[in-house]
Amino acid sequence: MNQAIRSAWLVALAMFTLVLGSLTFVQFFEAEALSDNDWNNRSLLQDFGKNRGSILVDGRAIAESVPSNDEFNYQRVYNEPNLYAHLTGFYSLANGATHLESVMADELSGTSDELFYDRIVQLFSGAQVQGASVELTIDPEIQQLAWDLIPDGQQGSIVVMEPATGNILAMVSKPSYDPNLLAGHDTSIVLQNLEELSSVPGLSPYFNPATESLVAPGSVFKLVVAAAALESGDFDDESVIPNPAVLDLPGTDVGLPNFVNGGCASQTTANLEFALEQSCNTPFAQIAWDLGAEAVLEQAQDFGFGETFGIPVRVEASQFPEAPSEPELAQSAIGQFDVRVTPLQMAMVNAAIANDGVLMKPNLIKALRAPDLERISAPEPEVMSESMSVDTSNQLTDWMVNVVNNGTARAAAIPGVEVAGKTGTAEVSGQGDNAWFTGFAPADNPEVVVSIVMQNVDIATGGQLTSPSGKQLIEAVLNK
Amino acid sequence: MSDVLTVPKSRRNIEALLLVVALGVAISANLIVGLDKDNPLDSAFWTQSGVLAGLALIFHLVLRFRAKYADPVILPIVIALNGIGLAMIYRIDLANDTTVAESQFLWTSVAMAASIAVLLVFKNHRVLRRFTYISLIASAVLLLLPLTPLGLEINGARIWINVGFGTFQPGEIAKITLAIFFAGYLSTNRDLILLAGKKVGPLQLPRFKDLAPMVVAWLVSIGVLIFQRDLGSSVLFFGLFMVMIYVATSRFSWILIGLLMIIAGGFAAIQLFSHVSLRIDSWINAFDPEVFNREAGSSFQVVQGLFGLANGGLFGTGLGEGRPDLVIYANSDMIIAALGEELGLIGLFGIIMLFVLLVSRGIRTALGTRDGFGKLLACGLSFTIALQCFVVMGGVTRLIPLTGLTTPFMSAGGSSLLANWIIVAILLLISESARRPAVTGPMKDSFPDAQDFRTGSLTRQSREVSP
Repeated sequence: MNQAIRSAWLVALAMFTLVLGSLTFVQFFEAEALSDNDWNNRSLLQDFGKNRGSILVDGRAIAESVPSNDEFNYQRVYNEPNLYAHLTGFYSLANGATHLESVMADELSGTSDELFYDRIVQLFSGAQVQGASVELTIDPEIQQLAWDLIPDGQQGSIVVMEPATGNILAMVSKPSYDPNLLAGHDTSIVLQNLEELSSVPGLSPYFNPATESLVAPGSVFKLVVAAAALESGDFDDESVIPNPAVLDLPGTDVGLPNFVNGGCASQTTANLEFALEQSCNTPFAQIAWDLGAEAVLEQAQDFGFGETFGIPVRVEASQFPEAPSEPELAQSAIGQFDVRVTPLQMAMVNAAIANDGVLMKPNLIKALRAPDLERISAPEPEVMSESMSVDTSNQLTDWMVNVVNNGTARAAAIPGVEVAGKTGTAEVSGQGDNAWFTGFAPADNPEVVVSIVMQNVDIATGGQLTSPSGKQLIEAVLNK
Repeated sequence: MSDVLTVPKSRRNIEALLLVVALGVAISANLIVGLDKDNPLDSAFWTQSGVLAGLALIFHLVLRFRAKYADPVILPIVIALNGIGLAMIYRIDLANDTTVAESQFLWTSVAMAASIAVLLVFKNHRVLRRFTYISLIASAVLLLLPLTPLGLEINGARIWINVGFGTFQPGEIAKITLAIFFAGYLSTNRDLILLAGKKVGPLQLPRFKDLAPMVVAWLVSIGVLIFQRDLGSSVLFFGLFMVMIYVATSRFSWILIGLLMIIAGGFAAIQLFSHVSLRIDSWINAFDPEVFNREAGSSFQVVQGLFGLANGGLFGTGLGEGRPDLVIYANSDMIIAALGEELGLIGLFGIIMLFVLLVSRGIRTALGTRDGFGKLLACGLSFTIALQCFVVMGGVTRLIPLTGLTTPFMSAGGSSLLANWIIVAILLLISESARRPAVTGPMKDSFPDAQDFRTGSLTRQSREVSP
């Protein structure tokens, strides 16, 4: 009988061993796969119960977690919500997180590797795990000014950037929204709010227009063609290009005209300085034909076209058509046809010209701070590409200064400061134009780059909302 | 005679020491959970800690006087398990805004009192043998009670009865009475079962009339399955009978017959009952979206449990830091998932080692005691605890299909607590007789069991000599 009892004991031990093995499988080997399962909302729910780090601008929290009296313990709150909505994004229970709340999730929730040491300390001290705070490069005054420069009801974006570092000083878009509406813990209310917000034309809470909207650049794209022309070696400041009022586009019955009321009509030939100054279309179309689509595309790629990257919020790849026909290439050379850029992309083109041809990677993060506000890390400025030679950048700068002094961007001129700029107006079929101003100052030692686009405006309004705004923003930064 | 040497030492002081450790674990677990509240050291905490420690002390003193030589490890293990269970139930209460822990604590007190009462009423376990057939009748009554108008159907299983102040699961107590019946029946009739019958090939087949206990077991478990829709209990009852018959006879043929009956019963159950086949389906295809999202027989519960276990990982989130409340029945059927989430794999290993120790001490008791009835009863009850752990933990980890069973001493559920604490008392009684030094001088009363036993082992030996 005792032998049988021992056998029964062995069976019992075998059953416990099986359970231990099964537990080890689930909790150790399969744990990661189970945690990543789409049905597993545990990590989201658990993060909601955490004291998530703040997003800081100049020491003030624009997004922070405050204690709440519900099951999640903390409520995400956005201070100055509309001003920063497209940067912070929102942090919601039912709809996930967007923008900085999404891309910096590991740091904000404290699970990033950089916070490993803090986690260990918190583990042993018994303190609740707290996320790191993310400090932005944004200057709150410039951000506010940029916000005020876009009238309510106007769709547009403004990016202000330091060319030498890529640090973004301001990034605003309208229409904007209040992320607090989407951060509530009541899922049904949040869903209703989301639906209402999604019905506003030009607005999506999932989409940051300054880095993700693709708009026709119009004449500001001529900077890219001019850079390609100089880099090719076939063109210089003495090259003379025919400047007909209308360029015949082979194989079509339409022509490519210069702007009817502009200064282009005064000359039948143009050098590059004049073509940029008066923003003449026909010379640039011919330059593009001479260079070929490939050369323009390569120059555009040197400025960052065709690349999706993070600053750390997502930046959509700007587009230049591949293998366009001759008429399409002519249209593309003046920023029409299928050329599409983000507002940030045009800031990058200007920043590269301003920074001796070296394109610095745009960046929103100034520093990562531990819960005790100690600085954990600060990103170093990063070279994104060598866009052009120093000579090319100096030549382009001179021509752009001329545009502000004598050409289409005169409204951006600042007494005592050399401002380099370029305007653009892109025709968009089915709606109003896109008005652009991009530029930088001071020309000899650039400190600030601005990129302004107002969408769906008439030419007169667009002119008032772009170059004068560029002037105000440049002044504000230079007066700091 | 038994081939295990008994230790003629009381070991009650060791028990006292272990009890301090066990109470320390239980009370500090409760304290850690309470720290999430504004007032962790409130009167309820002090009352519960005090009552638990007081009952443990009384239990210990009763053992000192009534069962001096009882196993010293069993009571501390059970106190620790019960205490950890209470803390986890309280923790889930805090998340869900319920008050299950209060009634669980009340049941703990009742169960410990009942266990003490068993120790006081029965001088030794051999008295229970007199109740062999009464136990059979009691088992039948208990199992049939839920089918009477007193019964309640909860979540499709009709295994509860309404006892005025709450619900009670008579099947839990039937587990004990059936064990007593089988121990009594088998210890009396094992010679008949062993020796009568035909030999077919290597197997010594039992006579048909000796199959009676097997048939009863099979009928009971299938009956429970059919009428009460309780898959877990029927597996448990069947396992209990299997192990007791095997221990009584040491015959593999019984295991073979039993396995055939399980296969037949299981196959019939899958064919006949939708809830059984749904269980199987939601076990195999747990991660199929259709199975996960369906209304009846969804794998939602087991998958959520797995998510909880995975969330805990190796070290666990820490008590109060996880989300065990996301799992349905986190404080009863799924308490292992809750414990695994917050205490981690390491914590569960510790808990399972406690169960292994508990079962091992029970088996040790079975080996040590001198009478066949005690051996069968101790072995059967200990094995039941192991089997119950296997069925519930295997179900939670998706090793086997999930069936609704409680984790002994830990899950919320008064009947389960009461039954398991009574099992503790019985095991302690048997261990007392196993470890008590042989009486010198004239025996106060003689037991035929001892005689039985000697012939039993002789029979085995002779069989081994001439197969």
